Amino acid sequence: MSAVAPGAATSMPSEAMSVRLARRRSRIVGERIIEAVLFVAALVSVFTTVGIVYILVKESVVFFEEVPFWDFLTDTQWTPLFDDAHFGIMVLLSGTLTSSAVALSIAIPLGTIIAIYLSEFAPFAVREVAKPFLELLGGVPTIIYGYFALLFVTPLLQKIYPELPGFNLLAAGIVMGIMIIPYVSSISEDAMRAVPMSLREGSYAMGATRFQTAVKVVVPAAISGIASAYILGISRAVGETMILAVAAGMQPNLTFNPLEPAATITAYIVQVALGDLPHGSIGYQTIFAAGLTLMLFTLACNIGGHVLRKSFREAY
Amino acid sequence: MVAVSAQEAAPVVAKAEVRGLNFYYSDFHALKAIDMPVYEKKVTALIGPSGCGKSTFLRSFNRMHDLYPGNRYEGEIRLFPDDVNVLAPGVDPIEVRMRISMVFQKPNPFPKSIYENVAYGLRVRGESRRVTLNEKVEEALRSAALWEEVKERLQEPAFNLSGGQQQRLCIARALATDPEILLFDEPTSALDPIATASIEELIHDLKNKVTIVIVTHNMQQAARVSDYTAYMYLGELIEFGVTDEIFIKPKKKETEDYITGRFG
Repeated sequence: MSAVAPGAATSMPSEAMSVRLARRRSRIVGERIIEAVLFVAALVSVFTTVGIVYILVKESVVFFEEVPFWDFLTDTQWTPLFDDAHFGIMVLLSGTLTSSAVALSIAIPLGTIIAIYLSEFAPFAVREVAKPFLELLGGVPTIIYGYFALLFVTPLLQKIYPELPGFNLLAAGIVMGIMIIPYVSSISEDAMRAVPMSLREGSYAMGATRFQTAVKVVVPAAISGIASAYILGISRAVGETMILAVAAGMQPNLTFNPLEPAATITAYIVQVALGDLPHGSIGYQTIFAAGLTLMLFTLACNIGGHVLRKSFREAY
Repeated sequence: MVAVSAQEAAPVVAKAEVRGLNFYYSDFHALKAIDMPVYEKKVTALIGPSGCGKSTFLRSFNRMHDLYPGNRYEGEIRLFPDDVNVLAPGVDPIEVRMRISMVFQKPNPFPKSIYENVAYGLRVRGESRRVTLNEKVEEALRSAALWEEVKERLQEPAFNLSGGQQQRLCIARALATDPEILLFDEPTSALDPIATASIEELIHDLKNKVTIVIVTHNMQQAARVSDYTAYMYLGELIEFGVTDEIFIKPKKKETEDYITGRFG
């Protein structure tokens, strides 16, 4: 027994230590597992993006094996399902650009003015009521906007301009602009409210009015955030589908006149994707080429926005 | 005492007179029955422990409290020579701020070029003639001892300047409109000792041109730059007098306790 006692005495501390070590090990393992789970979650989004790009590029390569790239860019007709097939993306792009231009010419000025009002002028109570209502605009399903454009805005515009066709880019663009207003105003307002009070006080102390302070100090100070709001608005406009499919018509038409009907890239994709084209046919491949164009366009917008944000970033 | 009589040898004229000033942040009574003169082309320092109301008092001069709801003034701050009460409800705060400029605790240049920062107050007043703007901007930058450092890069963003330069830019901005009174709200609390020394020197030079009121929590600074000192505590004006007298032999025991560091 006397031989055991000293042995037990020496093993006691090492046992306690090994318990502590084991605890630490299990804690480290636990943290590794959490880290791994988080990493996988992050990977999902990366893989999704990479997967989409991969499919778009792969299917587009098949398309471009049949259609010369130069024709794709310069042809002035888009008739992929005809016997005499033409694949001029400009035709669809013109519809997208025109409808987006109409939408942005509404959303950007109105969104900015609303943001300035809510951030710099509106009393607390007004802002608390107006903001949720405004954000509701962005939550309305786009199919409802589409029918609103087709059955309400177009007839209204026809009273002013009777020759306006039933399907047209103007009504669709206007309604799309209304839909985009909350995206522009909400982010712009957040950016303006983040401008420190000390800058506003500096301006007021110089004898500036509220309006001068808002336009000459707060807006320039928030310009990087406001620019991102615009970029988001552009992306929304370019990618919008349902309003255009419903109200602007599905007829490919190379035009920059908003009074005409025209198909956009997105409307065309919907049209083809809902049709019963055989898998692997050239008509089926076109939607991937069109989708890739759309994606490159929004990517360019996002990169442009990123560059803008960097170059305008101000340290207060 | 010699210094005092030397100062009193020059004619001392009141630029402003505070009479029975009370101020309320909603229910909180922040300033209590303050009576005090502000002398023309002198530096008046407001000192006291944190929360004593010295910044609140300073911000009453240019009606900054009007920017926030729920604030209320009582009493008068009369501005001379025209004897107008700047706190009167009928007086437009913007008119007041056109006459009384302010420099803040932290440099707050606008996100504009150095030139446009200084020209801001003039543009707000509707001045757009290039020649006048150029002239005024240069004059203000010279007065703020910044011209030599920035004359080659007036179109650069003001954020490129160092903290001390930014604060001198804010002083130039405030000077460009030829204010009658210049308010300083702890102008050196965000600056290093060298930048602080240059701002203090500037304040000393500026008093030939403009009446200055400065809030400071640094008593050495008050002693160095000011001609008159007001000691405030809990929203009350405890003692006002010539700076040397306040620092060498204050009349009130509270003032002495604060100045000698026994309190605050």
